[in-house]
Amino acid sequence: MKDFLTDAVQTLVTFLQGLGQLGLFFVSLLVYSPRTLVRRPQLVMRQVYNSGAMSLTIILTCGLFVGMVLGLQGFDTLQRFGAEEALGTFAALSLVKELGPVLTALLFAGRAGTALASEIGLMRATDQLAAMEMMAVDPIRRVVIPRFLGGVISMPFLAAIFNMVAIFGAYLVGVSFMGVDEGSFWSQMYANVAVADINQGIIKSVVFGVVASLLAVFEGYNSVPTAEGVGRATTRTVVITAIVVLIMDYMLTAALIG
Amino acid sequence: MKQTRAVEVGTGLFVLLGFGALFFLITQTTGLNQEIGNKGYNISARFENVGDLKIRAPVTISGVTIGRVTAIAFDAERLNAVVKMTIAPQYDKLPDDSEAAILTAGLIGGQYVGLTPGGSEAFLQDGSEVEFTQSAVVLENLIGKFLSSVGSK
Amino acid sequence: MSEPRHEVPERDSPSCTESKVGEPDKAIVEIQDVAFTRGATRIFDGLNIRIPRGKITAVMGPSGTGKTTLLRLMTGQLTPDRGQILVEGKDVHSMSRTELYAMRRKMGMLFQNGALLTDLDVFENVAFPLREHTNLPERLIRHIVLTKLHAVGLRGTWRMMPSALSGGMARRVAMARAMATDPEIIIYDEPLGGLDPISMGVILRLIKRLNDALNITTIVVSHDVQEIASIADCSYLISNGKVIASGKPDELRENANPIVQQFMTGMADGPVPFHYPGPDYSEQLLGGSSE
Repeated sequence: MKDFLTDAVQTLVTFLQGLGQLGLFFVSLLVYSPRTLVRRPQLVMRQVYNSGAMSLTIILTCGLFVGMVLGLQGFDTLQRFGAEEALGTFAALSLVKELGPVLTALLFAGRAGTALASEIGLMRATDQLAAMEMMAVDPIRRVVIPRFLGGVISMPFLAAIFNMVAIFGAYLVGVSFMGVDEGSFWSQMYANVAVADINQGIIKSVVFGVVASLLAVFEGYNSVPTAEGVGRATTRTVVITAIVVLIMDYMLTAALIG
Repeated sequence: MKQTRAVEVGTGLFVLLGFGALFFLITQTTGLNQEIGNKGYNISARFENVGDLKIRAPVTISGVTIGRVTAIAFDAERLNAVVKMTIAPQYDKLPDDSEAAILTAGLIGGQYVGLTPGGSEAFLQDGSEVEFTQSAVVLENLIGKFLSSVGSK
Repeated sequence: MSEPRHEVPERDSPSCTESKVGEPDKAIVEIQDVAFTRGATRIFDGLNIRIPRGKITAVMGPSGTGKTTLLRLMTGQLTPDRGQILVEGKDVHSMSRTELYAMRRKMGMLFQNGALLTDLDVFENVAFPLREHTNLPERLIRHIVLTKLHAVGLRGTWRMMPSALSGGMARRVAMARAMATDPEIIIYDEPLGGLDPISMGVILRLIKRLNDALNITTIVVSHDVQEIASIADCSYLISNGKVIASGKPDELRENANPIVQQFMTGMADGPVPFHYPGPDYSEQLLGGSSE
């Protein structure tokens, strides 16, 4: 029993320490971010390419199929109430407010987050970060911040693209396959989706962008400099990002709806 | 520096696509007529019961959406509900004896305010109140009335 | 610690810095009584080293004696528990971040595997410190980079990515990069580890040539005793957290200390035992099934 208690305390202390490190790391990123953005936009742009443009394939494919599934399921459910014209509203609202930002964040963690964590982890394991320090270059500013900012900038765009493609997918299934009236699909959507709903989605995707990018660069930067350590950092990135994003999603939804 | 150019073009494409998608979401999925909220003129109406009416519900005339509900409040003095609405500026020739009713779109649809034009020569203006109103039909009351009328027979 | 202890006579000052009679203050790096612990392991305990200016100094020792840790202490990446490290008379660990970075600009360091930046090609790797710290025009950068690459014999690889280079070539590019800002001190961490004899010869010759031609202070950390001894002006042998011998390579070879002898001649067994400490061999074999 006593062993169990000391173990529990130990775990708690380790957890708090990790949280503290993450917080301090985040603050140091925020402090240097504006300067990096102004002075080295080229570095940031390159990471927008790596995190954003390189994630397009997965985002486009998954978005299309998520939308198509929504079209099928939504049609099936709504027609039981004789309300299949509301399919457009149903798809657009669930995508814009919820599925778009969340699924994009999870896909981002899988595609870009792991790439960031393993890239930075490998740079540590192969002494590249130490070499930079020896050349009097701060790796936080030169390596970490551009990657962090690239992720933060990419996420809202990725979520918007995901939503657009998914709405098209729902339209494809609902209108082309299931025979929902095209006019009512769009007009119901017009009538019931508000700019506030879109804003809610954008706020979420910005927050998730910060969370997913921060966790990825943090795990990579603090990984144990061995092959095993880098692998573990990559896994942790996906797991922790998924958990944090889903928890944050509930809190944001509660805050934004309330 | 061929590689750099590919990166630049790719990033540009990505950003363009992102903005395009945002634009699509904002213009194509949301009704533009919701934006009249700021521009149109305001009228109000009093109802005994607003039922399920929500802020942003459409205000229609002959089935055409011409405005939105902007506020719903309870007047503690006159003991009824005050519904404020914004009407798009181009519909400025609504007779001031028009009737406002709270209607339901379909069986499970949301409720909205339907205006029925009257015959007056004077028009509703900013701040005017619709005098003739018809409250929301509350399903439970309707069933209750029906049951009691059946029972009394 | 069941390890056999050997009484090592403390030397006050190493003979090869002493031999520079007349200019005793010419040490560019001075490590004074440094102690450092990582976790539960005591890595250094009262370490004293003087690195003479303009010479090649070798720091040698069996694997795991913390040679790399020493380099990191020297460059301020780690902080010692006790003692101080002076570079050109200034304490590294009381420097501000700006001072530290200014000091590092005068140092070049070669990591064990080169540590080239994997997302940049050879040219950009060598240009990296120049681009980060200077606003030189592109033409001048190109000139400097190509000169440095030519010096290590790899001008032809300028458009290759680091992943396409062999281990020895990657280290030579890293040397060119370390030289790019014309440092006063250059530090090599295991420059010969894992190289074939030809690459080894090339690297050794380059270290010697760069030191002589540019009058740079060179610090080499290695356990390739014979090879390094052939170019070093002065050597330190570290064991159990202390300097156990120092001097010119010849002096080390004649040192009577059994650890020094074992290390210099590469004997398998000796004061540093071949067998990791364990229970008695025959007892364990006959001990049966107990765990």
